[in-house]
Amino acid sequence: MIDLHPNIDAELIPILDEVADPEIPVLTVLDLGVIREAVIRNGKVMIKLTPTYSGCPAMDVIGDDIKAAFLKRGMKAEITLVLAPAWSTDWISEEGKRKMEAYGIAAPLEETADKEALLGNKPLVKCTNCGSTHTRLVSQFGSTACKALFQCEDCMEPFDYFKCLK
Amino acid sequence: MKDQDLYNYILGVADNSLILGQRLGELCGHGPNLETDIALTNIALDLFGQTRSYYQYAAKIAGDGRTEDDIAMLRNERDYKNVLLVEQPNTHFGHVIARQFLFDVYHLQLMNALQHSKDEMLVAIARKGVKEVSYHKRFSGDWLKRLGDGTDESKQNIQEAIDHFWPYTDELFDMTDSDKKIADQGIGVDMTTLKDDYYKQISEVLEEATLTIPDNPYSKRGGKQGIHTEHMGYILTELQYMQRTYPNMTW
Repeated sequence: MIDLHPNIDAELIPILDEVADPEIPVLTVLDLGVIREAVIRNGKVMIKLTPTYSGCPAMDVIGDDIKAAFLKRGMKAEITLVLAPAWSTDWISEEGKRKMEAYGIAAPLEETADKEALLGNKPLVKCTNCGSTHTRLVSQFGSTACKALFQCEDCMEPFDYFKCLK
Repeated sequence: MKDQDLYNYILGVADNSLILGQRLGELCGHGPNLETDIALTNIALDLFGQTRSYYQYAAKIAGDGRTEDDIAMLRNERDYKNVLLVEQPNTHFGHVIARQFLFDVYHLQLMNALQHSKDEMLVAIARKGVKEVSYHKRFSGDWLKRLGDGTDESKQNIQEAIDHFWPYTDELFDMTDSDKKIADQGIGVDMTTLKDDYYKQISEVLEEATLTIPDNPYSKRGGKQGIHTEHMGYILTELQYMQRTYPNMTW
């Protein structure tokens, strides 16, 4: 079996898996790939966290939620924000992408797909409501910094698309 | 301070993002439509995020007990090193887009170049920033083309905005003494080497937008030396109001 979280102590995984992203509550911090490292050192949980976007307001909340989750078990966690290497949408787990789609947010495509859609070429982002690829970009920026707003031309539903960040 | 030049350099970069972010933040709830309102405030958020990383780093270099908040909120006008372009008001949507585009092209050049800095922290911030700024530039460039190649009225307004901001672009490439020293050390970016490419990039987009490239040799500068336009005081008044009224308050 592949070790999905090589830098995370095995006993911490179930606890981290309880902490959800405050803006996309179906995703845990592990799905999102923002935990770079989580280890126990001298009885303390040391966590390295990478922000998705520099100004992401969820990061402070995520840090607090992680601390609270450990505190509930009588463990003290210390969070360090790490900027490099910069977070990429490739770090979102396959499971995370599936959950995201089911929640109504189109998962990030390859970078080229992003540009194709922008250039008015064949739109490739699939509607999360009806599955049609007949969609259009409404706005580069959606409800949060990490999302763009799309609309389906078939069922007319607007939906969020998680921007590809590489 | 041991690294006064590095400190100055970082503030020069960071203050542009802070002041432009504040300008864009003013549009929250006032954008021309919901999508652009959200987009512009999202861009503001990215800029604030970046600026926070810079100020945290600057505070560490200063090492005199000041925090990121002190640096952002408690300096006086003359101590801000942002260029004059970013403090110009949101007169109309064309102004917002023109100002943004003229800054974004420069900003992306800077972020790309800073990734090769000898300073690890600046590299980390730039690597993160470059992804965000690419989106900003795509947004402002798209709108520039849409307005330029749009109706007679939109074309006239965006052309007027480009003409208005053109004299502010030269300052983006000015190098202060600190900038020069830091560039010589391989930490900062020698912006003068990027100037030709900047005007080339801008001209290409303006042409695509069917706009006229201004031919105005006059330059407005002074922000990098702390000599700001009359708009700056108002921005700081609003930005610093809470911290000045209730010293040491936190959210």
